[in-house]
Amino acid sequence: MSTSPYVIDEPERLTFRVNRRTLVDEQVLAEERRRIFDTCWIYVGHDSELRAPGDFRTRTVCGRPLIFSKGSNGEVRVFLNSCRHRAATVCRESEGNAKRHVCFYHGWVYDADGNLAIVPGKESYPPNFDQAKFGLQQVPRAEQYRDFWFVNFDPNAMPLTDYLAGAKEYIDLVVDQSPSGKMELIQGTQEYDIAANWKLLVENSFDDYHLLSTHATWLKYLKDSGVEMQAPAAGHLLPAHGIGKELGNGHAVIDNINFRGRPVARWIPLYGEAAKPEIDVIRAELVARLGEDRAARVADTNRNLVVFPNLVINDGSAVTIRTFHPIAADKMRVTAWALGPQEETESARARRLDSFLTFYGPGGFATPDDVEALECVQSGLRTWQEIQWSELSRGIDKTGEQLNTDELHLRAFWRQWDKHMMGALDSLPKAAE
Amino acid sequence: MTIARSEVEDFLYAEAALLDEWRLDDWLGLLTPDCVYRVPPNDKPDGAAANTLYIISDDMERIKARIVRLKSRNAHAEYPHSRTRRLITNVRIVASDEVSATVAANFVIYRFRREEKIREYVGTYHFKLARVGKDLKLAERIVKLDAMELASLGSVSFIL
Repeated sequence: MSTSPYVIDEPERLTFRVNRRTLVDEQVLAEERRRIFDTCWIYVGHDSELRAPGDFRTRTVCGRPLIFSKGSNGEVRVFLNSCRHRAATVCRESEGNAKRHVCFYHGWVYDADGNLAIVPGKESYPPNFDQAKFGLQQVPRAEQYRDFWFVNFDPNAMPLTDYLAGAKEYIDLVVDQSPSGKMELIQGTQEYDIAANWKLLVENSFDDYHLLSTHATWLKYLKDSGVEMQAPAAGHLLPAHGIGKELGNGHAVIDNINFRGRPVARWIPLYGEAAKPEIDVIRAELVARLGEDRAARVADTNRNLVVFPNLVINDGSAVTIRTFHPIAADKMRVTAWALGPQEETESARARRLDSFLTFYGPGGFATPDDVEALECVQSGLRTWQEIQWSELSRGIDKTGEQLNTDELHLRAFWRQWDKHMMGALDSLPKAAE
Repeated sequence: MTIARSEVEDFLYAEAALLDEWRLDDWLGLLTPDCVYRVPPNDKPDGAAANTLYIISDDMERIKARIVRLKSRNAHAEYPHSRTRRLITNVRIVASDEVSATVAANFVIYRFRREEKIREYVGTYHFKLARVGKDLKLAERIVKLDAMELASLGSVSFIL
């Protein structure tokens, strides 16, 4: 079916394999930067990070330093953080509020809307120097869906809402936790590197097949704390049913019946007896606002969503936004935040954060083992010349629904990746093989 | 007599040795029953745990669970165990009386894994110590990292 050097995708032969070279080769990474990161919608930040005019966050996205900021009239803009004079980064703080950004090198001053306000010694510029044309340059495209802001370096890209396709439904499920439909980013950033190819974290972020063996200590912790774990049903590996699902444009999700507890609104013993009444209140609000069915959908399922190529929204033990960028073929930088309903009480917020830390993050009971697993994969990949292919065929012979422990959702990612790399989605020439 | 720096230093060095030697059950014996262990995020080292996403925020129950986990062969990030070596210096008594002391100290922890995975954790300890009988115990253990982000430190999979 496919003739790619990277992916063998032959469903009629029940075969799906990925060439391990895609995980080690710097040339492949260079192609990915051009064909994927420079053409897809890439997450930059959450609307709640910018409250007042002049608020800004600086961030590196697709290798570019950016300023994610709110202008004087409240408009959100994403600037390239580079002086129009001689390129120095203009804003050097990670966050703050500023009426103006001053490039300290020669003193050019930009206002919060990006206009070039002051040029020291302007009289020495020739008459054709038009100060109005030297404002901070914006990224080609910046659009948001339900407060999730994305950028695109391709001016001709499809609109974000089209791009997100079926992923929108799963973002809606996250946002529905909030009575006002407003989630907010909670302060505190987890920023860490993994010595592994970035695509390995895509796979890992919604691969439930690894849960039993990689996260045995976390599952034991839950069990020891009193969480009820049923024996897996026939054909299942985990205590509760869950499926893998394609959402279009390379996005995919695992969508699971919850057994692990949810700050919204599924009590487990770890939260403590005292938390029960408040969780009942949260539940009642959900039901009143959304109806029984939708409330159960929000509260009683947990979902790991991958928005192609590098955004993960895990709505599980808490809500985490996780994005990652390659630094080299064998190294990535991960940034993760927690998200919560804006109107959450102090005690519910504290419980959410506590629940977050049991699993996620560089000091959690699970994420460090994921990091170790991915770094072990990268070590093993040094045999890529002898062992050429990785195996991704779990569930491929099933008709209909596939489990969260199958690999349909991983294949959805890789298929889209391959389409980009083979030039099937754009006008760039095909990869030289 | 108020708790003196020399006694605090002896305590910190003994604690460091237990952690470096992975004598984790013995280390648990140094904690009061209501001890907390926290590592704030790199970008908000002074944020409160109730409204800030920390790296680690453990009460005693979670500390015990962390030790159970770390002793398991299934704690893959620390199996085989990392080798660690802690250097503790600039020990300061912030406040002290006969039964308690608030202390601060600088640390460097070198962490060694196979294949030259050498990582240096640099920061400050902010501890509250309590006199229990004739011994000192840890009542609060806050560890602040100096790095602007965890970056190549990767994770905090051992006890800092």
